[in-house]
Amino acid sequence: MLLAEHFVKAPNWTWYILAYFFLAGLSGGCYAIGALLRLTGRPSYEKASRVAFLAAFPLIIVCPLLLTIDLGQPSKFWHMLVDSAGGGLNFKYWSPMSLGVWALGAYSGFAFLSFVGELLAPVGRLLSGFLGRLVLVLGLVFGLFVGAYTGVLLSVSNQPVWSDGWPLGGLFLASGLSGAAALLLLLIPARREEMTISLRALGEADRYFGILEAVLIVLFLVTVAAAGTIGKLFNLVGVLLWLLVLVGVAVPLLTHSRARSFSPVASSLLVLLGVLALRAVVIFGAQS
Amino acid sequence: MAVKRAGFFTDTSICIGCKACEVACKEWNGLQGNEPNLLLDSFDNTGQLDAQNWRHVKFIEHLPNAGNQIEQPAATGGGQAWLMMSDVCKHCQHASCMEVCPTNAIIRTEFDTVFIQQEVCNGCRNCISACPYNVIGFSPATGTAHKCTLCYDRLQSDLTPACAKACPTESIKFGDVGSLQQLADARLVALHQQGYSKAQLYGRDDKVYGGLNNFFLLMDEPEVYGLPNAANAVLPSRNNLPGYLGGLVTAAIALIAGIVAFRRRGDSPPPSEPAPVPVGSAPSAPAESAAERPARPPRRRRR
Repeated sequence: MLLAEHFVKAPNWTWYILAYFFLAGLSGGCYAIGALLRLTGRPSYEKASRVAFLAAFPLIIVCPLLLTIDLGQPSKFWHMLVDSAGGGLNFKYWSPMSLGVWALGAYSGFAFLSFVGELLAPVGRLLSGFLGRLVLVLGLVFGLFVGAYTGVLLSVSNQPVWSDGWPLGGLFLASGLSGAAALLLLLIPARREEMTISLRALGEADRYFGILEAVLIVLFLVTVAAAGTIGKLFNLVGVLLWLLVLVGVAVPLLTHSRARSFSPVASSLLVLLGVLALRAVVIFGAQS
Repeated sequence: MAVKRAGFFTDTSICIGCKACEVACKEWNGLQGNEPNLLLDSFDNTGQLDAQNWRHVKFIEHLPNAGNQIEQPAATGGGQAWLMMSDVCKHCQHASCMEVCPTNAIIRTEFDTVFIQQEVCNGCRNCISACPYNVIGFSPATGTAHKCTLCYDRLQSDLTPACAKACPTESIKFGDVGSLQQLADARLVALHQQGYSKAQLYGRDDKVYGGLNNFFLLMDEPEVYGLPNAANAVLPSRNNLPGYLGGLVTAAIALIAGIVAFRRRGDSPPPSEPAPVPVGSAPSAPAESAAERPARPPRRRRR
């Protein structure tokens, strides 16, 4: 088997990028779940989807700020969008960073529309019917893209681990969806009886997303192991982070069978911690 | 006369590790250099290429064995006992850094070299993560990425780049890439005739990133010098298709999973309710008022 050779320097993407990947994954996941709930047309999901849209926008609005602060020249953030030397727009579909900036902008717009629609009744009425469904579907597509492209961004490099693990895009998406479901379970008031159906549905979705994430983790580790760079993911800190990932993936499945004996709040927090740990071990492990 | 496709042919077999190239590069380009770093186990105290070191003389030392005896003295070592190589940006024809740069700060010049426009670069460091040769460095002072410009300003004045000008053994040869390739071919034949069977050219043809403007004559395998071999000289974009495809398949499965979970649990849409559901939650909206109704008990899960 051909082992990958890497002689690269780490880009030193650290805490701001970790926070961005985490929040973008959660926001995209929240919007996707909210849109799916709303598109079912079932009245019992109205409030849960409302919580999802109210969470998605505040989560994503922090992201451009994090990305800008991480730049060496924050005042030149607009160079991502406009070709400052040649004029015109900068759009390189083959560069995930370029594509991602545009997608982030588009997604933020849809997230904003849905957010305002939940807060202001006239806007909500304006976004009804076909227009409302269009916003939901487009926001759903861009939300899923924002959740996935961060993994592709890492893969499209020559860094060890990142470039060896093409499933990263799918993995980050599944993890973001799982985290978003856990976050919504945390935010939706469990004491209100009419929310019971939504909570159960979200719990079930979270388990499905968790299973998908677990499968993708295995696939990712297999690809990295085949390239011979898996050791970077399993130093002492890495092992501890993987334990958190494991707990985060396992909790929704275990609490399903022991629902009465485990706090839903603790369960959601552990899932979210696992989502964060997964991104941390991938980001920091490859650069160690 | 100005060259059309500028490049270096670095013949490592005659590099003596004097570091005149490093000094000349720093002097001409006004690079202060990093704090001295005494590595103690090597004559290399530069460490690596970065924002302050655009030339780096690598020392690949095949150290004496435990008895302090050199197993293969230079005379019989096939030229591999102590390798030196003046490393630099390769100015690849298919440049990974250019490919991923989101701001188009990295361009190809009229001399066919790869150049980072400092006034355009915003310091995202994507090029650093992409460069397979550990060339580009980030400068906290300027907040931008830096690397060898192949002395772009000197080329504009029809001058030889500083490193090639300073090299006392002419290990670094500057010129038009076509002419340099002919020179390299002749040198390789001569070395093979002298018995240096492992001598090889790296980046002379298009097997490595479409060909390198700065290519090398090596005395051992590329990996020994910290260079990826042809099979591993791959562009970041190779992962675009599998990456996005993986994301797409995951999204499709997740959507199906979500639909299954949400359709199984929720109550049915009210029959009289119009199909489109407002995005907003206007208090008078039918969906909102319906949501206020007591929820039905969940359906039994199918086994």
